[in-house]
Amino acid sequence: MKTVTLTLTNPSELFLEGQNITPDNFAGKKAAEIAALDVWEGKQKSPLGKYFSVEGDGGATAAETKIVLRGDCTRTKRIGQQMTAGEIVIEGSADMYIGGWMKGGKIHVKGNVDSFCGIGMEGGELLVDGNAGSHLGSSPRGEWRGMQGGMIRVAGSVGNDTATFINGGTIVIGGDADIHVSTHGEGGTVVVKGNAKGRVGGQMVKGDIYVYGTIENPLPGFQMVGEVEQEVDGEKARFVHHIGDLGERHPVSRGKTVYANLYTRI
Amino acid sequence: MPKKVENVGCPYCGVCCDDLVVTVSDDGKKILEVENACAIGNQIFHHATGGERIRLPRLRQPDGSYKEISYDEAVDYAAKVLHNAKKPLIYGFGSTNCEGMAAAAKVAEKAGAVLDNCASICHGSSFLAIFDNGYPSCTLGETKNRADVIVYWGANPAHAHPRHMSRYSIFPRGFFTGKGHKSRKIIVIDPRHTDTAQVADIYLQVKQGHDYELFDAFRAVVRGHEIPDVVAGIKREQILEVANILKKARFGTIFYGMGLCHSDGRNHNVDIAISLTRDLNDFTKWTIMAMRGHYNITGPGAVWSWQYGYPYCLDLTKRDIAHMNPGETSSVDLAMRDEVDAFFNVGTDAGAHFPIDAVKHLKKHPWITVDPNICMASEISDLHIPVGIVGVEVPGIVYRMDNVPIQYRKVIDPPEGVISDEELFERIHKRLCELEAEEAAKGQVKAAPEGVRAESEP
Repeated sequence: MKTVTLTLTNPSELFLEGQNITPDNFAGKKAAEIAALDVWEGKQKSPLGKYFSVEGDGGATAAETKIVLRGDCTRTKRIGQQMTAGEIVIEGSADMYIGGWMKGGKIHVKGNVDSFCGIGMEGGELLVDGNAGSHLGSSPRGEWRGMQGGMIRVAGSVGNDTATFINGGTIVIGGDADIHVSTHGEGGTVVVKGNAKGRVGGQMVKGDIYVYGTIENPLPGFQMVGEVEQEVDGEKARFVHHIGDLGERHPVSRGKTVYANLYTRI
Repeated sequence: MPKKVENVGCPYCGVCCDDLVVTVSDDGKKILEVENACAIGNQIFHHATGGERIRLPRLRQPDGSYKEISYDEAVDYAAKVLHNAKKPLIYGFGSTNCEGMAAAAKVAEKAGAVLDNCASICHGSSFLAIFDNGYPSCTLGETKNRADVIVYWGANPAHAHPRHMSRYSIFPRGFFTGKGHKSRKIIVIDPRHTDTAQVADIYLQVKQGHDYELFDAFRAVVRGHEIPDVVAGIKREQILEVANILKKARFGTIFYGMGLCHSDGRNHNVDIAISLTRDLNDFTKWTIMAMRGHYNITGPGAVWSWQYGYPYCLDLTKRDIAHMNPGETSSVDLAMRDEVDAFFNVGTDAGAHFPIDAVKHLKKHPWITVDPNICMASEISDLHIPVGIVGVEVPGIVYRMDNVPIQYRKVIDPPEGVISDEELFERIHKRLCELEAEEAAKGQVKAAPEGVRAESEP
């Protein structure tokens, strides 16, 4: 695997849109060619090299390309958007849409990320050591097929609207979640290891949510049905099992109504 | 003889009353009387000729004072600001006509700007919910003629839409609602006991910020499930009683306002309200409608959706690709994150409505206000361009809150020399084209597509 190191040397005045910073776009390119790729600052299109110094060439394919970003990327959006393979390591924090519409490969952010990260995700892995903003692993506006697959792991806390319209894949949150988790969900799994503020599983049809801490404002549409022991994220624990959202439509499979499951840890 | 103009549309709120009678003086220069309008609509007409108006654009001078300049100079200044900015923001349009909105969109596309309207801080979340969940709505005429159950949820029309209740919802006698108020059940759901709640048959005092839970409870009850004893501060018996009324209605309309759009969850509150409306249609006919604020704030949604496919928060910086994602491309978020470098405030008052931090960020860059009157935004601007008042001095198409277009007329002429929003934006567009051509002639095309640049280079 070949490594391309981007170091932010000349920060932009406004925010940068770096949708070209993916292993897919860097593959098969020399450092100079990578520096000539487009980034946008508002309506102004400039070469990547204007803002970042580029060291190292891309691998032959996306899977053989690793990108390391250094410097303050908190004003750079869309890193790793739509990537299909390879690896990106962001040494600090980054802005919005990190790993949006991602299909494969791995992104590791050592700091925090802003909103809309991992939206419309179909595969791959997004790891965030810090906190994430709102709409983590959510669906793009108006899209009723949200996250389809892949894995998002955030060590810290997340904002609101996590996993809206989730359809598949897994999100594990180490800290707390703000309101709206898996709203309109039709599959997939969300694990909140801290507390959730409320509206957990609203309008949810199918899928699983695990909350280890407390839910400040539980929804009236969820009903307790019993206690279960389950293995979650590599450890076994006992949970109270609720089904819901009873206000929402639910499909019938083999004569039985399928509900969404909400497990709260005992 | 003073002249009476009948069937005049009112440029105040989303109810768009079109039955006003305005009396104009002999010389056609002064408005003498306005009949049928509410107190606020009345004031808008009288304000036009009642006091001194700004007649020329005003440019901020180094000593902080304003100096009057010509429209040509103002157009040149505005075009240069838009041309030189990397990401200008054009925001407003709550109070202008659709013709002005279409012209402004042309400017935004040419300038590579972000184009947003007041829905961004108002009913924009309704759009997001409608994208996600549809909009089982109707016209206000249908509500008037058919509805026997009316729900006002988080809306206070007694103050914000003064003639809504008398024209469409509670009091009028319609085709199938001959008994008027007597044949209708009014349900008001609001954390505050508003003046609208005073006329309600049933008032539910929902706990502030917990509307979503209450909707969820209604939906569970409608589907025949059990709910807890108390939800969002409302007792189960009351929820069951109201759910029963909703199910037994002949025709119902839920009117919702800022109570849903401005409390936590925003679009999700509207989203679940739409879901409840859909559920109720398993039993009877139910519809839902947003209580849109200004008389033509539905307009930009209609005009720009037709032009670009999105109703608000349009990022046109890539010119041929329109991108929209409130939270990123919404005006307040752009301002708070310091993402824009020029600001155009059109027919609204961002100085009064935006959070102070957002205003401070925007003030670092050129700020241009287009408005007939003096407002907070005009007083902190670098350039204030006055225009004619739509519905009073300028005619045009406006969209009522139920998406019905209405042709507004003018009753008097604008002050001498004052132009309309449409003319102003057409002139700015023309000047922008000239600036682009000048720059292309010099051989330094900004952000043009690859092929174009290769051709223009020697």
